[in-house]
Amino acid sequence: MDNDPEVDKKERLLTRRYFLESIGAGAIGIAAVGSIVLTGEYLAPNVVKEPPTKFKVGSPENYPPESVTLNKEQKVFIVRAKEGYFYALSAVCTHLGCITNWKSEDGIIACPCHGSKFDREGKKITGPAPRPLPRFSLSLDDQKQLVVDKSIMVSDEATLKV
Amino acid sequence: MKHVFDKLFESRVWRSIFRHGLPTSNRTRAEAVFYNFFLHVHPTKVRKRSIRYTYTWGLGGLSVGLFIVLTVTGALLMLYYRPSVQQAYWDMKDLQFVVSSGQFLRNMHRWAAHAMVAVVFLHMLRVFYTSSYRPPKEFNWVIGVFLLVITVLLSYTGYLLPWDQLSFWGISVGTNMVRAMPCGFGEKISFLLLGGNIVGENALIRFYVLHCFIIPVVAMVLMGIHFWRVRKDGGV
Repeated sequence: MDNDPEVDKKERLLTRRYFLESIGAGAIGIAAVGSIVLTGEYLAPNVVKEPPTKFKVGSPENYPPESVTLNKEQKVFIVRAKEGYFYALSAVCTHLGCITNWKSEDGIIACPCHGSKFDREGKKITGPAPRPLPRFSLSLDDQKQLVVDKSIMVSDEATLKV
Repeated sequence: MKHVFDKLFESRVWRSIFRHGLPTSNRTRAEAVFYNFFLHVHPTKVRKRSIRYTYTWGLGGLSVGLFIVLTVTGALLMLYYRPSVQQAYWDMKDLQFVVSSGQFLRNMHRWAAHAMVAVVFLHMLRVFYTSSYRPPKEFNWVIGVFLLVITVLLSYTGYLLPWDQLSFWGISVGTNMVRAMPCGFGEKISFLLLGGNIVGENALIRFYVLHCFIIPVVAMVLMGIHFWRVRKDGGV
């Protein structure tokens, strides 16, 4: 019957061989797709042992007025403005992620990698950085300790009055 | 003396390895190539002008030579190097100052790596200037482009392994460039490459595995195809 030219294509598709082949190929296909998905999931770690995004940076008295203090471990500047308010500024250059430094003699934040410069507010003075340094949420806990939360970005004007 | 060699070449062990006799006739000369694993990819005949030294400058051969140097020195360096944040830098320093010939092997690996990037690039220029990318060899040009990219990736993944300031910031900058890809792809790919959000322990071990296993295996497969196609097209 298979070789009968009179049999139309539709009927021939339903041979036992084609049926079993489809099941086999389908099973291999599902297993292949599944293994790719599982490998992809395997490659993305579910738990990363990185420093916590929320951390204490000590009491406000530790920061003299008009100071910019780099917390190297957390890559964040704690700035106390002349007027007395506080804000937490990311120390990661918005260009390609190097750690910027506070240059007290020039009163600027400078990146050692490609020469970007920012003022103490985080605003860009010269490129190649495309954006200003973002500010992180800064608050006081019950023990009057400053707490930075890097998972929360705040506006470029946000400050903490103590 | 000749008698000894004749005895050897006629011996059962020798003939079990080289089934044909000595290449004394055209037939046995051809068989010497066909039945040898290392020679069988060679074309049956090569045109004299296509093997002229000033035509190829031997750049492809130099590239694979450097790859062999890098594989051997790299495997030896792996015996003393541990890809962990605590140990990587000090293992590298031990290789330089404590291990016999460690400095020599590390420098050999380093210079061969620099040379390989340069030589592979020059090889590409040579192929371009002799129009060797033209049909029917255009697909081999494509494989060659992949091999150039792989050479650069091998160089880049090896860059992180000393775990000094240069490597740390090199990889920070590179993976931040990946982050610039649009539609959230950048963040995802960078997360997969680093195994996290920062250049840390996960990133080091990932770059180590890529550098020592995954990329070299891909390179070897592509090189096999590349050489086979070169030889079927009449090159050496």
